[in-house]
Amino acid sequence: MTIVRHDLRQGRTAFALWTAAIAFLLAICLLMFPQMKGQMEAVSKVFSLMGSFTAAFGMDRLNIGTLIGFYAVECGNVLGLGGAFFASLTGVSALAKEERDHTAELLLTHPLSRARIVSEKLAAVLIQVTAMDVIILGAALVSVKLIGETIPWKEMLLIHTANYLLQVELSCVCFGISAFLHRGGAGLGIGLAAAMYFLNLIANIADRTGTFKALKYITPFAYCEGADIVADGKLDPTLLIPGALLAAVSVAAAYWRYTTKDIR
Amino acid sequence: MDAIRTSGLTKYYGRTRGVEHIDLAVGQGDFFGFIGPNGAGKSTFIRTLLGLIRPSSGQGEIFGLDVTKDREKVLKRVGYLPSETAFWPGMRVKDILKLSADLRRKDCGAVAGQLCERLRLDAGRKADELSLGGRKKAAIVCALQHEPDLLILDEPTSGLDPLIQREFFALLRERSDRGATIFLSSHILSEVQQNCAHAAIIRDGSVIASGSMQDLARTGARRVSVLGRVELDALSGVRDLQTTSAGLDFLYSGDMRELLTALAGGDVRDVTISEPALEDVFLHYYGKGDGKP
Repeated sequence: MTIVRHDLRQGRTAFALWTAAIAFLLAICLLMFPQMKGQMEAVSKVFSLMGSFTAAFGMDRLNIGTLIGFYAVECGNVLGLGGAFFASLTGVSALAKEERDHTAELLLTHPLSRARIVSEKLAAVLIQVTAMDVIILGAALVSVKLIGETIPWKEMLLIHTANYLLQVELSCVCFGISAFLHRGGAGLGIGLAAAMYFLNLIANIADRTGTFKALKYITPFAYCEGADIVADGKLDPTLLIPGALLAAVSVAAAYWRYTTKDIR
Repeated sequence: MDAIRTSGLTKYYGRTRGVEHIDLAVGQGDFFGFIGPNGAGKSTFIRTLLGLIRPSSGQGEIFGLDVTKDREKVLKRVGYLPSETAFWPGMRVKDILKLSADLRRKDCGAVAGQLCERLRLDAGRKADELSLGGRKKAAIVCALQHEPDLLILDEPTSGLDPLIQREFFALLRERSDRGATIFLSSHILSEVQQNCAHAAIIRDGSVIASGSMQDLARTGARRVSVLGRVELDALSGVRDLQTTSAGLDFLYSGDMRELLTALAGGDVRDVTISEPALEDVFLHYYGKGDGKP
């Protein structure tokens, strides 16, 4: 567990900043809800007239005048995007940063198998993602209590679980990519997360037009769609399974590549 | 059993040559110099031994263990000092040393403390704030603190001031006296000459000479210093010619009778013909176009 502890220590500043930023934005969103609640009916009507844009954000199926509707759309975007960026950045730098910072030579000349290094670094990534999600969920629940609303436990836990799985998937995919890189891949990680987010917007619009519907099976944001989660009261396994497979293949690729690659 | 043994060790980076067909043996307890200029393949050879890169062909063994298949067992017995030292940002030297010891599952605190004291290294400072020499000292302690059986040192003295260099070599000699094998890669010939019992010279990725320091000096080349004037144009095998107002100094690897004839025909007040220094040996090998001594 030495590398896990070391990586957690190395990543603590980024972890604290991202977690604080996302928790703060979620709390601010929720604290604004009581003031906006009265105006939401009019806002909902405006949104309902925005055609594909409304569908892209799932607002055609949710009433953002309710706490869970508001949470799924507004807070869901903050949680989804913020969490995805953090997970991607953490995953994509996990292995590559050692070569980028020229510390790989020091680390890999200790008597450790490369597979153990991969395992411990992956564990460090997943611990950070998990810890961030627990803290953010706590902040969200406290915020709901602070505004005097009843906590919609089931829906909130489902939304957070979906976002946690999204972060695990993206961090695993980026971790796999990291094993192939010799330099930091921050741009790649952020780009991948952003691309997946926009693919989901396109897939939501495609739901109406019937084209590009398969995109839903590619982007993990599809199973985080608040409107579907609230409406169905569950996560969609047909969207989760491809994501789980992709994550597993990425991790396997990381082991294969890192245990055979030349270290620069 | 040798500390290091390679046979036909070859590494290509795509189509670019790293090292080619290196056959080398370093005995246990030896203080071995590995000499070559930048780009000759020294670091590639070392990185292959350490399992950082995989050989394209051939094989390497350390204490009879295959460097690729038995990498972890090999690294347990090796201390490595890289040519360029980089540490994780924000870490104090003592934390880096502790991390390195933890990764080896050893308590190296006492030895690390002694090494820091002898090298005048403040372990409480952040590695980012250290000079090049300071970081090098930290890397030296990292490499030595677990008391390895084999020390692989890649350009170890760059950045160290002369006093610390002296202390560093004193440390190495102590380790050598206690039975450790020292593999010193360097392009600073004087430090190899002063410290090593055996050496190999690498050129363009291939070992072109290997043996004891005395054997290497037996190149047939001689350092010739002449007080006076002599005509050298007719002689072949003259290199590194330096002319002063008082005379000439050159490395000669041609026919000795021709040299003596040329000297006899010149205005020579004094002449010294001596065994070449390692620098001359190096020039001798590197002066050969075909790469063979």
